[in-house]
Amino acid sequence: MSFEYVIKDSLGIHARPAGLVVAEAKKYQSAVTVEAKGKKADAKRIFAVMSLGVKCGDTVIVTCEGADAEAAYVGMKAVIESNL
Amino acid sequence: MTEYCGKSVFEGIAVGKLKIVRHDDAVAVREQGTPEEERNKFYAAREKAVAELQALYQQAVSSVGESEAEIFSMHAMMTEDADLEDAVLAKIDAGEPAAQAAEEAGFELSQAFIRMDDEYMRARAVDVIDVAKRLGGYILGKKEEEIVLDEPSILASSDFTPSEVVRLDKGKVLGFVTTFGSETSHTAILARTLALPSVVNIRDSIDMPFDGKMCIVDGFSGKVIVEPDEQTLSLYLKKKTETDAARERRQALVGKKSITQDGREVHIYCNVGNSEDVKAALQNDGEGVGLFRSEFLYLESEDYPSEEKQYMEYSRAAKLLEGRLLVIRTMDIGADKQASYFKLPREENPALGLRSVRICMERPQILYTQLRAIYRASADGNVAAMVPMIISVKEVRWVREMAEKVRADLKKEGLAFNEKMQIGIMIETPAAALIADELAKEADFFSIGSNDLIQYTLAADRQNQALEKFVDTHHKAILRLIRYAADCAHAEGKWIGICGELARDLSLTAFFAACGIDELSVSPPYVLPLREKLLSVNASQTDLSEYIK
Repeated sequence: MSFEYVIKDSLGIHARPAGLVVAEAKKYQSAVTVEAKGKKADAKRIFAVMSLGVKCGDTVIVTCEGADAEAAYVGMKAVIESNL
Repeated sequence: MTEYCGKSVFEGIAVGKLKIVRHDDAVAVREQGTPEEERNKFYAAREKAVAELQALYQQAVSSVGESEAEIFSMHAMMTEDADLEDAVLAKIDAGEPAAQAAEEAGFELSQAFIRMDDEYMRARAVDVIDVAKRLGGYILGKKEEEIVLDEPSILASSDFTPSEVVRLDKGKVLGFVTTFGSETSHTAILARTLALPSVVNIRDSIDMPFDGKMCIVDGFSGKVIVEPDEQTLSLYLKKKTETDAARERRQALVGKKSITQDGREVHIYCNVGNSEDVKAALQNDGEGVGLFRSEFLYLESEDYPSEEKQYMEYSRAAKLLEGRLLVIRTMDIGADKQASYFKLPREENPALGLRSVRICMERPQILYTQLRAIYRASADGNVAAMVPMIISVKEVRWVREMAEKVRADLKKEGLAFNEKMQIGIMIETPAAALIADELAKEADFFSIGSNDLIQYTLAADRQNQALEKFVDTHHKAILRLIRYAADCAHAEGKWIGICGELARDLSLTAFFAACGIDELSVSPPYVLPLREKLLSVNASQTDLSEYIK
């Protein structure tokens, strides 16, 4: 399951929201990835997420795969929409 | 007497004993166990480090506030990160002791940040190193040393980590000096918050023998002087007494209007580089923003900034200002400010080349996008747009037509904006000043860009230091141009400001007031000194001919 989202935060995925994204992803068993500008990162790894260098206006694709993918999809969507 | 020079992050003078804080990089060699034992050391240390970070977070929330404290919950998350764990375990399995593995893995991860193109992200490399050092320390069983100050001191180090900074006894810190670190480092932010004269990035280390010696931090020039001779010391002590007294005196001017002896009000606005600087403008009692440089949006990205990104930034600034005026200068790229994706042709003479509005006229989409963002932000506050590098009426009309199209499109799309948003121009070429009578009919306001006006009028490159002695900023030619532009603006019922460095030249304040300049825009620390000066001048009794004849 995946969704696309255009980043609206003027600083992009900087330290604070990256932390929130990772904390949320860690709640699920499913594999969660964030993809931007052709690069993919494991959403449970903060260095990987920050290294994507996602900026305001960039599109990210979030994919959830696994047993609780549906719950992960809802959770990730909520965190990203309200913080980025 | 030894002198160092760096970037000042807070203006003022500090005099006191120097305390050098060393970060020992050498990891003590301890007995090394089997990889299995080293792994266990790593996991045990990680648990303690995370617990400590959570405690630091709590401490920071109460001492510096929630938003500055978040760094520590970030660090906790970094400490537990799986990438760091993988890297450390791989090194342990390859036969390294755990502490060394942690520090090396941290260093390697930090390199990825140092290579990033965004300044904010580059600065995060320090965080990664901080995290790895703490881990290494716990593995070796040593706690991070707290900086203990017996008396008020000036602190010097390569750079300070956020955890050191938050635990400092703030009452005993007179100032900071760092070898590295930028104006956006944690040390710099704290120095500004606590109003401590500080100099960063001296690109040299202060040697240990200087520990405990007398030191001067000159936050005006960015100078740091260790073991000053008696003459220098007494000079600075005098300067410190004066600046401290002046600061206190000026604090009484906060919230007051800037009115000359004969009752003429001049607004004092601020020049800012981004929405974050707006906070500094407000802290220093700026009455608005007379120059919001939008270039950083273009300079720090790899491609033209999107409308959305620009809108967010302008809107944030407009909201912070709560109804005070925000003058956004449209893109001033070209000459000394280059962004590679613009792919501008190499020019023999870039200052006289394709820059600012000239680029926009060749590539209208750039201005269209920017004006859309500015117009949309005009719904969120008191916003105006200002166009640089004007030399004729033609450009102003072109911009106005573009603005009309933007308004029509926004209306069609049902987006909110202020129909009557002012569109002003910069007077920064002799051509614009000399046809100010015609331009005043087309523009809603003028703002004198004195830096460029001086360079173009005197035909002297402002980046060429060898020309300094030829550049007389009080040259009659310049003052006559300013006065003429002011007269023309007023004849059409328009207002005129000055946003270049000349605005804060206190020896010209009386002249500006006498010309009827309506607004002076300066960097935030100069607001109160300028207000103090304005309160003392008498515009009607100032003899203009003294300046221009």
